[in-house]
Amino acid sequence: MTELIERVLSGDRRALARVITWIENDEPQGRQALATLYPHTGNAHIVGITGAPGTGKSTLVNALAKSWRRLGQTVGVVAVDPTSPFTGGAVLGDRVRMRDLAGDPGVFIRSMATRGKLGGLAWATADVVKALDAAGFDIIVVETVGAGQSEVDIARTAHTTVVVEAPGLGDEVQALKAGLLEVADILVVNKSDRPGAEGTFRALRAMLDLGRGTPRTVMHHGRVMRIESAEPDSGGWEIPLLKTSALNYEGIDELAGAIADHRRYLHETGTLDSRERMRVEAELIGRLRDALLDGLMQNLPPGAFDEMIEKLMARRIDPFAAVRELVDGAGGRRIGAD
Amino acid sequence: MSERKIRVLIAKPGLDGHDRGAKVIARALRDAGMEVIYTGLRQTPEMIAEAALQEDVDVVGLSILSGAHMALVPRVIERLREAGLSDVKVLVGGIIPDEDVEALKKMGVSGVFGPGSSTQEIIDHIRKVVGAA
Repeated sequence: MTELIERVLSGDRRALARVITWIENDEPQGRQALATLYPHTGNAHIVGITGAPGTGKSTLVNALAKSWRRLGQTVGVVAVDPTSPFTGGAVLGDRVRMRDLAGDPGVFIRSMATRGKLGGLAWATADVVKALDAAGFDIIVVETVGAGQSEVDIARTAHTTVVVEAPGLGDEVQALKAGLLEVADILVVNKSDRPGAEGTFRALRAMLDLGRGTPRTVMHHGRVMRIESAEPDSGGWEIPLLKTSALNYEGIDELAGAIADHRRYLHETGTLDSRERMRVEAELIGRLRDALLDGLMQNLPPGAFDEMIEKLMARRIDPFAAVRELVDGAGGRRIGAD
Repeated sequence: MSERKIRVLIAKPGLDGHDRGAKVIARALRDAGMEVIYTGLRQTPEMIAEAALQEDVDVVGLSILSGAHMALVPRVIERLREAGLSDVKVLVGGIIPDEDVEALKKMGVSGVFGPGSSTQEIIDHIRKVVGAA
């Protein structure tokens, strides 16, 4: 076990693949491995690639990885595809588009199924990224499932989020809606050789121009916090809009350049730290919630949970009172047991 | 919640371009609750072994309709062994003459599924050899 983790740190691919499986399956060895690997994380630049199905995300990852490899950087890829909600099975097909990367020891590709998680990633995606980070990859690309308007988990996992659009997928009103476009650090119109690409480009350009000048704010723990402005003169990040044709390797080096610029921006402005703080906080809250729920369930008197469901179904109790009763019940028993 | 899934790599080594069978199998295994990594056409034995390693699969399914199975299968098995993946089960499907089946099994192939095999047979075989029946 410890030996296997040592092998991950020294870049052994077989060991890395096995540890990723443990993490994916949420096995005890996976948690142990993550605990040991955690101090060795935080060095990689994590790049998210997201966008609707069929926009060419996998092909873009393939092309980007080639560009980074030419610069001598090693690349880990996590490609997420959806799990069937009916059978729990999945067909993970992103490797089909990444065949150019085969045989390169500086590239490691892992396909992941969402396993019931909504939001564009799997539960374990962020942890699998940590394993790749600890294994020493310079850049880790996370390709989300073909995402719609609310699959924005990637923004909490990646340092730089690239949103990929393609011609023919929507008009300007789509571009105004909240969601995917809002998480973009970089916007790409892929398949730029196709008809309609210019129109898509113009619609996105107009959307970006509309967004200038209004500071974005968010309520965070009861305080109004300002989100970094998109104003260039305020020293903020101006979202680049690029055209690529990943299949023909057009615009790829420019996209890699924009990602490098964003990375520099994050470092120089201290934005990396504030993003990292939000990410760590969200992870801690999530894990606390899981741990507290697990603890509560274990401390409930046998059958109490099922009884409560019956009572709720019979409308003999309301959900709020049900929660109070279960929390009190578990707490009382815990104190009594101690 | 801890959850183990059977992971299967479906690959088409060699040069024939007929991937319908491979896709049917991929779909059937998905519907049986497995995670199928589909790699597409014209995979070399090296590419297959590398993908099997990175994806940490339990099973590699090879679809071969070109008649080149007696040349390709031993090379895939050898590459898997070199990668330290001797425990990965190898299944072969496609146009495989009866007289070759025993030879393939001697090479270390766990199951051979020619025309007329039902997807259920393949699913049952995988569950059995992976020990999740």
